[in-house]
Amino acid sequence: MTAKKIGDVILDVRNISLSFGGVQALTDISFDVREHEVRAIIGPNGAGKSSMLNCINGVYTPQQGTISFKGQTFSHMDSHQVASMGIARTFQNLALFKGMSVIDNLMTGRNLRIRSNLLLQALRIGPAEREEIRHREFVEHIIDFLEIQAHRKTAVGQLPYGLQKRVDLGRALAMEPQVLLLDEPMAGMNLEEKQDMSRFVLDINDEFGTTVVLIEHDMGVVMDISDRVVVLDYGKKIGDGTPEEVRNNPAVISAYLGTTH
Amino acid sequence: MQTTFPKLLLQHAAERPDAAAMREKEYGIWQTLSWSALAAMVEALACGLHQAGLRRNEHMVVVGANRPRLYATMLAAQSLGAVPIPLYQDAAAAECVFPINNADVRFAFAEDQEQVDKLLEIRERCPQLEHIYFDDPRGLRKYDAIGLASIDELLAAGKAFAALHDGFARAEIAQGQPGDEAAMFFTSGTTGNPKGVVHTHNSLLNRAQAGARFDGLTHAEEVLAYMPPAWIGQNIFSYAQWLACGYVVNCPESAATVNIDLKEIGPTYYFAPPRVFEGLLTSVMIRMEDASAIKRKIFHACMAVAQRVGPARMNGQPVGLVDRLLYRLGDWIVYGPLRNNLGMSRVRVAYTAGEAIGPDLFTFYRSIGVNLKQLYGSTETAVFVCLQPDSEARADTVGVPIEGVEIKVADNGEILVRSPGLLKAYYKDPEATAEVLSADGWYRTSDAGFLDAQGHLKIIDRVKDVGRIAGGANDGAMFAPKYVENKLKFFPFIKEVVAYGDGRDRVCVMVNIDVEAVGNWAERRNLPYAGYTDLAQKPEVYQLIQDCVEKVNADLSRDQLLAGSQVSRFLVLHKELDADDGELTRTNKVRRGFIAEKYQPLVEALYAGKTAQYIETAVKFEDGRSGQVSATLKISDAKTFVPVKAAA
Repeated sequence: MTAKKIGDVILDVRNISLSFGGVQALTDISFDVREHEVRAIIGPNGAGKSSMLNCINGVYTPQQGTISFKGQTFSHMDSHQVASMGIARTFQNLALFKGMSVIDNLMTGRNLRIRSNLLLQALRIGPAEREEIRHREFVEHIIDFLEIQAHRKTAVGQLPYGLQKRVDLGRALAMEPQVLLLDEPMAGMNLEEKQDMSRFVLDINDEFGTTVVLIEHDMGVVMDISDRVVVLDYGKKIGDGTPEEVRNNPAVISAYLGTTH
Repeated sequence: MQTTFPKLLLQHAAERPDAAAMREKEYGIWQTLSWSALAAMVEALACGLHQAGLRRNEHMVVVGANRPRLYATMLAAQSLGAVPIPLYQDAAAAECVFPINNADVRFAFAEDQEQVDKLLEIRERCPQLEHIYFDDPRGLRKYDAIGLASIDELLAAGKAFAALHDGFARAEIAQGQPGDEAAMFFTSGTTGNPKGVVHTHNSLLNRAQAGARFDGLTHAEEVLAYMPPAWIGQNIFSYAQWLACGYVVNCPESAATVNIDLKEIGPTYYFAPPRVFEGLLTSVMIRMEDASAIKRKIFHACMAVAQRVGPARMNGQPVGLVDRLLYRLGDWIVYGPLRNNLGMSRVRVAYTAGEAIGPDLFTFYRSIGVNLKQLYGSTETAVFVCLQPDSEARADTVGVPIEGVEIKVADNGEILVRSPGLLKAYYKDPEATAEVLSADGWYRTSDAGFLDAQGHLKIIDRVKDVGRIAGGANDGAMFAPKYVENKLKFFPFIKEVVAYGDGRDRVCVMVNIDVEAVGNWAERRNLPYAGYTDLAQKPEVYQLIQDCVEKVNADLSRDQLLAGSQVSRFLVLHKELDADDGELTRTNKVRRGFIAEKYQPLVEALYAGKTAQYIETAVKFEDGRSGQVSATLKISDAKTFVPVKAAA
């Protein structure tokens, strides 16, 4: 593969600590994400990976530390604000409207970009209709991109899990995000589905230049598709670097394989 | 009418410039390409290809699904007097090497990244392959292989060339003659290398037009093109007849959306191998079983009427008033909506070919008012040899010889055909050509069969496969493996069958279950299973298959010729037979000899009377990796019946 152009730091996480009562979920975590890169966060169960994503997109408020996005520094991120700034995410346990069709689910991803008001939309009057057509067209490109044409009108709840994951990704993509946070996009998938999903992640990164931050358990996948990897263990950062560096990091090896203490 | 494909294109573009030639569903909307736009595209592509060096009589490979630009590329190559070779888009890379080298191909059109990867993979072995043009650029941005370019670049180059050389493409098209080679199709071939079947413009168009006249096709037909363009059946229906008649070819959005697209388009002329009709019916039946009791009752009551009245009605036979009214009612509440659901509301003529079709399946479609018919033909005959007239469709014959065709049966039972649609030759293989094509123009089909009293052709099996039972109770009896296999395959639970018996003392079969139908059956019975292999080996499934085998035996026992072909032992295979593993041809026909070698321990165990056998098999996955599956397979006996003499 030819080298893609990785830009400056777009997302900078500084000294984040998060605790729930007496449980210290994250301790003094710092790392950065550069524009156009695929950045992975890995670690054993309970290492604090999802908590880290939740801090970035404002679900949790860390007690200490700051997060900078495109030069603006925040001590706490507001979910709505995060979304409008161009950060989208998918969820480990899927967050879709199961009774709605694939198209409708993807259209919800366009919500922030719809300008016409509720009344105009309800009546489908002139500008509202034109706007909807425009958004619908964008959604169609996502459907084409994710190869889910056969399921346009299927209720999401009826789709197999692997496809639901794809729709979840599509909903995030519909926001045209600059940074995409993926929480275990390949969890519970078989080998073929994992390959498909890896290809989509790489294509998103490549074709749209979207910066991807992903949490993943499957080390093979992480090592194959990431540019840089952060390793967490018990809420602490124990490694950071290219897949090669991380693979040879003794602390990482001991966290994953265990050593005699 | 003697002409060529590109000349027909120009004719349509001149006569009906704004009429739709093709439609393709993109971004959820059907996009129309008019005849004039298509002609302009073809002219530009022809200029581009000429500039890149494609010359008269040279071959060009096209590989991909049915797409407007793939068709345009074939037309562009033909405009220059070059010969397009469509290859199967699901063929493994290694399978493309022989055709490309055999025809010294320098130019290729590839639909997308998957096809480009394949061609690049074999490039070392095909050094002459200079130019690869791709249609869909997705994922190809970073490719920098020499000679790889998008079809858009080719179009742009062609337009620039055309601006300097006015009328170049039209002059090239004018030079084309009906007797020129128009296309080459590689036959899947059950043994050895594939053979390139060379057809001229005239042979393809003559048959296309004869078929169109037989069914009164016009430019108003709508066709959905979803089978591989490398299959001559698809090529005739959506390319040769498309240009001969000037109707509209619709390209589905993707392989997965075919059923949805079918409903949206509502084709009037439809062509599919039996397995597609079977798949459609199975999906309907499975959904019907899930419907409420009242709906099921109504459905079955109406279907009973349809089965009794429908076929006679379709065949134009008189039907009593009560039956007519009952059928009308059934049509209103069941058959009409069902046809609509299948996407067949507007079908005027539907054909099935390539394999024998089960009588139940065949009758089902005719009884709900779909004019399903059979035809007989092959790559070498440009498809149309025998067709069934609208009112004489039957499940067990393949129709009457149509205009231009002569048929006779050789002493060994082989069917010989003489027709203007016969192949010109096998490419670079005069020996093979001489073997099938006699000096006085008769083509040996290698099918055994006969013309019945009504002049309909009936096919029994391949000539070389028809064998004899040796030893045992049925010593010397005729054994037609395909005939037996087909009878079994007509059961929805059975997907593939391989029958052995030639030179043996009895007939034994290996069965592939249809995982969808059997899986559904198992779910209904609360029968848990872990996967294909596990399901296949369930004792309940064995019993199910045994019932099927015994029904076939009972049926065969009434057949005077083939009573000795009854199946005495069977086993259910642990993996699906697959073309990627070489077990099926690309057109999904079983390769009996290859399978016998590969599964030799199983065949031996069948005949040795064992009740179980351990087997290890290598499998190839779609991405080219390979693995192993192993299992211990049970072997069961089936009841055979004493032959009954048919009542005189």
